[in-house]
Order: sequence, then C-alpha cells, then structure tokens
Amino acid sequence: MKTTDTAAPDPRTQVKKKNALTAGQKPAWTWIAVLVGALVLAGVVTAVLSGGFNWPGFVILTGVFYVIAMYIVTLVVENRRRATDGLWKNLVWGAFLVALLPLISVIWTVVGQGLPTLLANPNMLWVDMGGVTGASDQATVNEGAPLMGGFLHGLIGSVAITAIATLISVPIGLMASIYLVEYSRGGWFSKAITFFVDVMTGIPSIVAGLFAFAAVQLFITTFIGEGPAQLQMVKMGLTAAIALSVLMIPVVVRSTEEMLRVVPNELREASYALGVRKWRTILKVVLPTAMSGIASGVTLAIARVTGETAPILVTAGFAATVNWNVFSGWMTALPVYIYRQLVNPTAPAAAEPSALRAWAAALVLIIIVMVLNLIARIIAQAFAPKKTGR
Amino acid sequence: MTQTASAEPKKGSALKRSRGGAAGDKVFSNTALAAGVIILLVLAFVAIFLVTESLPALWPQVFSNQDSIASADTFGQYVLPLMGGTVLASIIALILATPVAVGIALYISHYAPRKIATPVGYVIDLLAAIPSVVYGAWGMTFLAASMVPIYGWLHNNLGFIPFFAGDPSTTGRTLLTSGVVLAVMILPIITSLCREIFIQTPKLHEEAALALGATRWEMIRMTVFPFARAGIISSVMLGLGRALGETMAVTLVLSPGVFSLSLITSGRNATIPSEIALNFPEAFGMRQSELIAAGLMLFIITLVVNMIARWIVSRHKEFSGAN
Repeated sequence: MKTTDTAAPDPRTQVKKKNALTAGQKPAWTWIAVLVGALVLAGVVTAVLSGGFNWPGFVILTGVFYVIAMYIVTLVVENRRRATDGLWKNLVWGAFLVALLPLISVIWTVVGQGLPTLLANPNMLWVDMGGVTGASDQATVNEGAPLMGGFLHGLIGSVAITAIATLISVPIGLMASIYLVEYSRGGWFSKAITFFVDVMTGIPSIVAGLFAFAAVQLFITTFIGEGPAQLQMVKMGLTAAIALSVLMIPVVVRSTEEMLRVVPNELREASYALGVRKWRTILKVVLPTAMSGIASGVTLAIARVTGETAPILVTAGFAATVNWNVFSGWMTALPVYIYRQLVNPTAPAAAEPSALRAWAAALVLIIIVMVLNLIARIIAQAFAPKKTGR
Repeated sequence: MTQTASAEPKKGSALKRSRGGAAGDKVFSNTALAAGVIILLVLAFVAIFLVTESLPALWPQVFSNQDSIASADTFGQYVLPLMGGTVLASIIALILATPVAVGIALYISHYAPRKIATPVGYVIDLLAAIPSVVYGAWGMTFLAASMVPIYGWLHNNLGFIPFFAGDPSTTGRTLLTSGVVLAVMILPIITSLCREIFIQTPKLHEEAALALGATRWEMIRMTVFPFARAGIISSVMLGLGRALGETMAVTLVLSPGVFSLSLITSGRNATIPSEIALNFPEAFGMRQSELIAAGLMLFIITLVVNMIARWIVSRHKEFSGAN
C-alpha cells in the first residue's frame, strides 16, 4: 500500500511533479476513498430501494459499487490495461469472499442449532430412539417435557458399516495399487485398471447403493430363496458396506498409487542390490516409506464415506434401536438418521423435537468428519518420510 | 505368505534360502493381480446387475408380462422429465460455481500472499469434507427461507424469462435453491482441481510475460489460461459429474413435481437421485425395477460426462499440466 515515491500525499502535486517512476499512478489512498464512497452510496441506494436498511443488500451493493468505481478511477487516472488488471484482481478477491459465505453460514447454522440441544441433552449420545413415540414428542412441545431419544444407534451403525467397508476396500485398494506401481509394466491390463478406477470415482453414490442392493438381492434370491422374508434380508449393514466399498476403493487406489510412486527408486534398487526379494522389498521398504501417505489417504476415504447418506439409505433400511449385527437386520447410520428425522419427523404434527435431534446429530457428524480429516493431515505431516519427492 | 518364507530357510545353503522367497513373490504378485481383477469385476458387476434388475422396467412387455410400468406408460415418459430436472439442476450449479471456483483457484495460486493461500486451501478442503446431508439440511432450513425474497424479486422483474415465470415459491424449496446448494458442493472440487493446474504453469512463461511489461491479469490471460484450458474444462466436467449424482442436497431441499422450466416454483421438477432416494426405501416389484433403471440412466449420463472429461485431459496431456 505504500508508494515508493517520496511520500506525496496530495495527488495533484504528485501528478504535477511527474516523477518518472510513479507518473500517472493513482495515489495509494484511492481505494480507501473509493470504499468510503461505495459504502455511502450503497447505504443510500439500499435505503431508497427497500425503504429501510438491510445488511445483505448493503454489503452486496457496496461490493459492486466498489469494483465498478475502482475500475473507472483507474481508467481515468491511469490507463485501460491497469484498470482491467485491477478489475480482475478485485473480482478474484470477490470470488474468495463469496465462497466464504456458504462455509460460514453452514457451520454457523449447524453449531447454532445443534450445540444448544446437545449441551442441554448430552444423553442423546448414548440413547437410541427406542420408546420414543409421536406422543412423547408432542408432550415435549406442548408441556415442555424433556426431549427424548438420541442417536446412539446411528453412531453404532455408522461405525459398524464404515468399519466393514474399510475392511473390504483397504486390502483390495492397497493390493491393486501395488500391482499398478510395482508389477504392471504399463500393459493394457494396468491401463484398463487405471481407466476403470477413474470411472469408479465418478459413480454417483446412489448408484453404488442400487448396485449393492441389486447384487445382494440377486445373491439371496438365487441361493436362499425368493420369499418375502428372504427379500427382507437384503437390507442389512453388509449391503451398505458393499455400497460404500464401491465408493471407497477408487479413493484408496488413487491415493495409495500416488504415494507409492513418490517412493524413490533408489530405495528399491538398494534393496534389490542386497538380494532382497521383490515382495519383501515391497513389504519392508516401499510400504513403510509410503505408510504415512497411505494412512492419511485411507483416513480421508473413511471420512468421505462416513458422510455418505444415499447409498446407506437405499441399502440398510431404517431402525429405531441399536443393532450391532451387520449381517442381519436393518441398521441406521448417522447421516440417514439426520435425513429421516428431518423428512419424516417422529411426530408429524410436532416436528420441532425431531429437527433438534437432527441438528445435534449433524453437529456430531461434522465433528467426526472434521476430526478424521485432521487426523489424516497430522498423519501425513508428522510421519512423512524426510524425502517425499516434493 | 510369510509362512512359505519362514518354512523354507531350514534346509540347506544360503543360495537355496534366497530362492525360497520365490513362492512368496508369486503369491504376492498374484494377490496384487487379483485385487486388480476384482476392481474390474466389481465395475462389470455394477453394470450387469443394474441392467438385469432394470430390464423389467426397460422392456415391460418382454421381461415382466405387463403392458406398462408402474408410474407411466413407457419408461421414456417416466425417466425423461427426471433427466431434464437432473440436467437443469446441475447446469444451474455449474453456471454459479464455475466462475467463483476458477476465481478462488486463481486467488490461491496467483493473488493471495503465501501466508493466506495455504489456509485458504485448507478452508476449501474443509468445504469439501462437510457431508452432503448437512448441506441438504442447511439448504432446506436456512437457504430456502432466505431465497424467498429473491424469488419474488426475480419473478417481478424478470418474469418474462421462462425460468422465472410461474408463482414464486413461498417456502423457497425449488430447483433453483437446489442448484445453489449443488453449486456450493461442487465449488471445492472444481477449485482444488483448477488450483493444481494453475500452480503447474511453467514459471518461465509467467516471468517472460511479466518481463515484457504485462500486468498480472495479462500475464494470467497469456500464460496461465492457455496452459490450463483443458484442465479447467475437465475439472468443470468432473464437477458436473458430481452434481448430476448428488442426492441428499436435492432430496432435502426440493419439493418435487412434474418437469417444468420454471425454477422458482415449488412442487416442480425432480432429479433422478432424489426420485430414487425418496421412493426406493418403500418400493418393491415393478416400482423397484423402475427406480433401478432410472439409476442406470444416471450412471450412463455421469459415465459419459466423466469420460469426456478424461478424454479432454488425455488429449492435452503432452502440452499442458492437466494430467
């Protein structure tokens, strides 16, 4: 913001002096003047247009006026190229500020709605919806009875389903990326795997859910039977875990592959030179070197599938109570719980308690996902080998 | 695997011992290969199972002995309006998100001071980490309500455009609101992909442009954009793929109905994912096939979009940083 010129606060003298380096430049305080002008103008226009004062309109108009006025001022004082440059600079800053709005708004809404409920009813974390009926929610609204119910079953469902999905996808993803990096010689098969992993990354999450459902249904009707009881069996935790694996495998493969590729070849060659077998080289040299990256990639993948709603919604059914058994019975995951509480409140006439529970669950879900992301970052940074290629 | 290794060394010389790992090598490489095969099989199964389960809805006369499907005369009549709604919502999201995303990517790569750029990158990743159901809940309770006055304004001033015709919604639960939520959700994806590419612009090109007296914007237009063009397009396509398949945001926000160009009326339009999410849990028989078939259509659309994106990247691989 400081000019290199020998401080000439008055613009007119500055222009008159015609210092060869700063000639034709607008003085450093221009933006403050323009901002003040924009603020005043926006205030007046908002007041005239809406007949009062409203914050969003005021802020938006200020931004618009500021960008336009800066362009015109620069155009007049300097030249068109500088003006265009300044215009785009302001627009890029504007884009950044615009993107902050939804983030702040989302977090504000979730914390603002969820935290008071969670603090007032910490028992939500260790009770399920067993015994919570429309009548009890009605009582909460009409007579101020304490808020009943919680989302323990959702937490347990989420953990169980995600754990099974991780158990399925990490070995497959890890071995596939080892194949891609260490064994394939760039043939058609490895190209096909890379290509189809890319394709898998793009599978919509609900389609993954439909796939798992269709697959398990086909399996059960073929091998077990076609009765209604058998069809009921299709919806279980395992089906949801299969759906999540379809979403998780490509993420694991991509991140692991990237990490294996940055392991320096000198390490492998040194190991081979000592006469170590390839598979032992991979197990003892390559994997430990890349371990931090792999672990953080897997954690990120877990964080991603923990927040998935749609595939679990169509595969795991909906339960009101705790179910530890992944292999039979309906299960509820935390995101599905949030969705159900918002869309089908326990008491349709008194939706407020359901919404409160949903927001508290949303807060817990966000915290879980953020903590997982944080862990991934810490793993990546704290345990990174000294030489990662970057 | 380890057993074969530890069992072998008992007998004989050092030479033999080194040969003993050969079995381990075989087992290990075959396991790796098998994992690759499994991935291909899974994808093949996705396609096969979806097709098998949706056949009764695709050709009802042949596969299910019925004249028509459950909710319309032909499958086309059922799925085309849904496809229209899906594409419409995604395009709104793209139009809103792309300029902002490219702007933020430029901000991180070329405008922000280094001290700010890294935290901003984290914030964008944070935005990507928030679960979709939370975005949906936010859109449903907060955003929808605050969009209502905007819809009124759009209807009064721009009502002659078909998109803003019709009664403005009083709840705000419209396709446009869903589009805005989708835009917020795909913003971090496009941003992080674009940022990666912008950063890879050769420093020499940039410095050459600046040395010739270009302003920063001219430098960006002359060196960064030509270098990153394919990458920007493909990241936008990937964002589109994500928007097409996004379920929860739309399901929670939109109050669905028949297809219509009006974006500001409640009870109009629906998207394939939201249709599936709303109806699948209670569906059985023909209805279930119908929804799976709709999912198959969605799969095909996103597949095509993603393939185009990859194709653009691979075509420009040699002379850009898009790979």
